[in-house]
Amino acid sequence: MAEDSNNQDGMTRRKFIQNTGLVAAGALGGGLLGGVIGNQTGDETANTNQQNAENTNGTNGDTENRMEARVFFKRQQDFNVLRSMTERIFPEDDNGPGAIELGVPYYIDRQLAGPWGMNAKEYMDGPFEEGADTQGSQTRVPRGDMFLQGVRRVNAISQDQFGENFFDLEDTGQQNEILSALENDDVNMNGFSSSEFFSTLVVATMEGAYCDPVYGGNRGMRGWQMKEFPGAQMAYADVIEDEEFHEMDPVSLHDHHSS
Amino acid sequence: MPTELDRVDVVTVGVGWTAGIIAAELTKAGYTVKGLERGEEKTLEDYLHQKDELRYALRYEMMQDLSKETITFRNNSDMNALPMRRHGSFLLGTDLGGSGVHWNGQTYRFLPYDFEIRSQTEERYGEDKIPDYMTLQDWGITYDELEPYYDRFEKTCGIAGEENPLGGPRSDSYPLPPMAETKMIRMFKEAATNLGYHPFHMPSANLTENYENPDGQQLYECQYCAFCERFGCDYGAKADPIVTVLPTAQETGNFEIRTNSNVTRILTENGEATGVLFVDTKTGEEFIQPADVVAVTSYVLNNVRLLLTSEVGTPYDPETGEGVIGKNYCYQVMGSANGFFEDEKFNTFMGAGALGAAFDDYNGDNFDHSDLDFLHGGEIAITQTGRRPINSNPVPDGTASWGSEFKEQSLKYFNRSLNLRLQGSSLPSQNNYLDLDPTYTDRYGDPLLRMTYDFTDQDRNMAQYCGQVLGEMLEEMGADHVDVDNEIGNYDIVPYQTTHNTGGVIMGEDPETSAVNNYNQMWDYDNLFVTGASAFAHNSGYNPTGTVGALAYRCAEGIQEFLDNGGGQLVEAKKPSRKMRT
Repeated sequence: MAEDSNNQDGMTRRKFIQNTGLVAAGALGGGLLGGVIGNQTGDETANTNQQNAENTNGTNGDTENRMEARVFFKRQQDFNVLRSMTERIFPEDDNGPGAIELGVPYYIDRQLAGPWGMNAKEYMDGPFEEGADTQGSQTRVPRGDMFLQGVRRVNAISQDQFGENFFDLEDTGQQNEILSALENDDVNMNGFSSSEFFSTLVVATMEGAYCDPVYGGNRGMRGWQMKEFPGAQMAYADVIEDEEFHEMDPVSLHDHHSS
Repeated sequence: MPTELDRVDVVTVGVGWTAGIIAAELTKAGYTVKGLERGEEKTLEDYLHQKDELRYALRYEMMQDLSKETITFRNNSDMNALPMRRHGSFLLGTDLGGSGVHWNGQTYRFLPYDFEIRSQTEERYGEDKIPDYMTLQDWGITYDELEPYYDRFEKTCGIAGEENPLGGPRSDSYPLPPMAETKMIRMFKEAATNLGYHPFHMPSANLTENYENPDGQQLYECQYCAFCERFGCDYGAKADPIVTVLPTAQETGNFEIRTNSNVTRILTENGEATGVLFVDTKTGEEFIQPADVVAVTSYVLNNVRLLLTSEVGTPYDPETGEGVIGKNYCYQVMGSANGFFEDEKFNTFMGAGALGAAFDDYNGDNFDHSDLDFLHGGEIAITQTGRRPINSNPVPDGTASWGSEFKEQSLKYFNRSLNLRLQGSSLPSQNNYLDLDPTYTDRYGDPLLRMTYDFTDQDRNMAQYCGQVLGEMLEEMGADHVDVDNEIGNYDIVPYQTTHNTGGVIMGEDPETSAVNNYNQMWDYDNLFVTGASAFAHNSGYNPTGTVGALAYRCAEGIQEFLDNGGGQLVEAKKPSRKMRT
């Protein structure tokens, strides 16, 4: 399911511009690009074009999305576990794509490689002591280490209990069972609670589903489309008092910054 | 040895709303002011096209870097305080303009009752109505005395509003007409009127028309883009220090801002402040800035900490009740309710920081407390600040917090639910206070501020009683399902509640029980002024910035009087001042 989306990437920025009749999309400033696209996205085809414009961003017209590769997880297996975990947290359903198709695993991988994964803007001086829940996280383990330990622990439990890698389990009920154990603090971790790891992963999954596409998640703005959230619109002043609900084509930072 | 710089008339510690107001007023009067800001320089350009929920709302782009400095926290003095390692319950701003840039712009006045809360409560209900633990105090100023300064701040900002039928008397109407009436606001006001309440449009620093303020600064009309709280404004359409008081001060030629300059001590000699010591955060070099007046104008928590680390004033002792620095730390007691609609959709993603409506029938002493087990109350409001998809996932109680059901429900209700809030007052307790932590330090080796705070019986009873009105309102508005959250347990520093921290350097009429007079001039040091929400003797059931702005204008007037007249105490203390610390 997820991999299929890559096939939709087979259109260059140049081709997109030709198809939509935009002479020089890059020269259009601000929310205007979003508005122009919006006027033309009346059908499925146009929507796909819009996604392609998004996915080819940063690849200089290459047909592959070269932004999607691992920069934090070294072992493929660790990443595969993370991937399957995010899909259980935010599964594909009748509403639309799940975490994998939205690019969430790559989003998390990149976040873990950056300041968030190293808790760079957080107080990390000792002494470290266990406190009350009301005092917040007191772990000395940075998120990067927490995620590595977490996915390996999850896979070990999967192999131990069900005899297979977590990502090979065909019964999503078995996968959910392991996630529930994490959520309920039934899994021993070294230096932090399993519920802390799990809640961090849940929030990171939501971030990946709904962040601006510049971060590698919310591919094609399909997270926003599912939620009927139109993204970084410049103004609603003309419609703010309308009684009816407004469905709008979403706009991302790329539309504002690419001029 | 620190380098000593040229003397200025006034130095401010931090450059946000309060410093900006003082700088604007004093420089216009011909005095020289220097503002020392620990953070970076910022201009409107920094906020253009920054509609990025992840960066600003979750990664806290505009907030203090906690790796360098934070606070420690415990619920009570039997617990070991531990560092607030991440942002959560409140968000501490930094950089030029401070928290005044990332605010929503909800700009209220406190009620006349607030300023005389102890005397009016005793008069109406008798002394026994106030529990022993509650260090409730009058502010040393009345609403009528503060009214002209509220008016001044509202005109500086261009507040758009509608008169509160249950608020204090006004000398003038709001400078701009109220914000838009959206579907959800119309429903709220209709329901409130049906139930006999007195709704009004929320007073807003998101402007409803292009506006030139009395200082000649040009502000612009709000576009309802819905990226206000935790963001700066693209348009110059949200009043903040960067588009109002700071340029006013700069245009006089008498104001100098020095960024990346972190004040670490107030310097004192013979009961007088002589200046401040600060560090250039880029080079580590130390400087002394001598000044005739030192104005402590950082956020609440840093105002308190700087006095404590500088050994200025007497620290509060919760055992004896003596001392004043760190006393009456208060917060805000929040309740909320969600209403879920099966057949209605709302444009919840559109909005503005101060787009909303409220009523005060359960605020202050606007209702009879004779048979109630609490004092005061709170504002009941709806806001349309603009939902964003990562942080906003409204689901009915009992819904799983991840997986298929969560996805289904959170997608469904993102635009099919409304949230009402109780913004409850926070009354002081002798056990809630701020002091220095004995263990944890900042990047300079100075002790962190330690917060000891928990909700009290007063808070719990108030939230429960007033919070039930939220459910009643949502049902009247036609919600198919309502969840009310009005049971507050212990204060928890993790979930975001509100950045309305108050107290610690409180104002009053008696130096035994307050740190500053009604000009926010310290009783113990005539040339040291400490202003901001740190001066609040308690927190009311409103957003604090309107009152912060009013007090800053009052403080600026006091500083000018002090400089014009060659010094001295501006207010006669109710009792003689304690012997000064040396």
